[in-house]
Amino acid sequence: MARRLYLYPVWIRLWHLLNALLFLILIFTGISMQFAGSERSFSLIRFDQAVVWHNTSAIILTFSYVVFILGNIFTTNSRHYRIKKDNFWSDLFTQLKFYAFGMFKKEKHPFPVTYEQKFNPLQKISYVLAMYVGMPVIIITGFGLLFPEILVQQFFGVSGLLITDILHITIGFILSVFMAIHIYTCTLGDKPTTLFKSMISGYHEEHE
Amino acid sequence: MKIVLAFITTLLSVILLTENNGPVLQDPEEDFQIQKGIENNLFAEDNEKCLVCHGEPYFELTDTIQGITQNRLMCEDYHIDRDEYYHSNHWSFACTDCHSYDLEIFPHPTSARLEEPYHCNDCHGYDEQYAQYQFEEIQEEYLESTHAEIDGFSCWKCHDPHSYEINIRNSTKLEETILYDNNICLECHANYDNFQLLTNREEIVIVESHNWLPNESAHFTSVRCIECHTEINDSILVAHKLLPKDKAVKRCTECHTSDSRLLATLYKFQSREFRANVGFVNGVIFNQSYVIGANRNIILNIFSFIIFGGVILIIVVHTFFRIIRRN
Repeated sequence: MARRLYLYPVWIRLWHLLNALLFLILIFTGISMQFAGSERSFSLIRFDQAVVWHNTSAIILTFSYVVFILGNIFTTNSRHYRIKKDNFWSDLFTQLKFYAFGMFKKEKHPFPVTYEQKFNPLQKISYVLAMYVGMPVIIITGFGLLFPEILVQQFFGVSGLLITDILHITIGFILSVFMAIHIYTCTLGDKPTTLFKSMISGYHEEHE
Repeated sequence: MKIVLAFITTLLSVILLTENNGPVLQDPEEDFQIQKGIENNLFAEDNEKCLVCHGEPYFELTDTIQGITQNRLMCEDYHIDRDEYYHSNHWSFACTDCHSYDLEIFPHPTSARLEEPYHCNDCHGYDEQYAQYQFEEIQEEYLESTHAEIDGFSCWKCHDPHSYEINIRNSTKLEETILYDNNICLECHANYDNFQLLTNREEIVIVESHNWLPNESAHFTSVRCIECHTEINDSILVAHKLLPKDKAVKRCTECHTSDSRLLATLYKFQSREFRANVGFVNGVIFNQSYVIGANRNIILNIFSFIIFGGVILIIVVHTFFRIIRRN
């Protein structure tokens, strides 16, 4: 029997869609700038265009992030991001074990989706790290690169701009890895497309 | 969390370790312990005979017959700043090393005032002592540059012999070198009073003509004008062939790429030194500054490819087992 739960209100779906789109643009243009080639070599997109797209998307992403934070403050959505200390590691291990072996043996999901528990422990920790650690760092360092005059010029003999950039591209890389895993895990619903449909309809569906 | 922390720690270690291999912006062949300054110039006392007028904003003009003395404004072109002069490249000179002894007479005789000034190569050209600086080639480049087409232009317009101090070779702070060198250009190109003395062209508003650059001010403070406005010359340290504006660099990836143009221009001196010692192209601009697209760290690149490749491999293997265990 199919179970339907309304888990994703309109504001979350719109924010998520915008966030996903901006993330893809930022990854694409970011890689393009980082590995920019001269005329003789391959370039994903013209450098000057990449700069404009990257900066514009980043500014919109910042506003979208503020919306996310405000949404989590003023709605009950934040409850999904609260990590319990009890059984933290064992729950993570249980979830990992399910992804690695359990799901192939048709075992039941160890942390079934409910109205109170939208995310499993692995999702929860990765989303918290991405949204509450990765995003602030990448936004702050991004603004540092956009306005380099506000940065410390030298830090222990190393260019402040360089450190800011290393931090920016490292977090950017980690978030890109997160994005790849996130997209893949979204194919782990009843059907590969089920969870993608949920993010459009707002309803989580699964067979019991 | 531990993995993330370990990753960041590794990154910082890489940065900090690389710092020790960073280039030093000093020419080891030259002795920079030379004490410049008026107190070390052997001819300072003699020079004062000139600087008593030329070193002041006003000079005294006396009519001995009528017994009248008046203060007259010293023309800016003939005013020498003592401090700048005694710290310039020519700090140790006597005025009469380059100027006629007849100028010791006051009022100066017209013949002495009309003396042909020396050019750089009158002293520096075809001389073993200065061979490494390739003044002859610099002159050849200059003669092909747009500046050479202007009547009344000479080396002195950019390199005032009374104040010019060689910069890129003995600079310890690149941003100061950039500021110093760019100010030479801006002396005319951002000062219409000076600009109109040499040309009838309309005033150039630098900020407007360069507003196509993303983060214009960062470009102005991070590179010299000549990075984009000269033709690269591999044999001399600072290119002197100024190009017409339509031939200036406008493609971002000339600099923002791994084989950045800046390695042959702004970072040429450092990269030559650094490559000789370490042989790591682009490492030269790793610590001192940062250029998007040009700064690449091979360790970070390999590390990121391995991690991303690993993730993709896990996804492929996971998908494979999902397919074979579907039923």
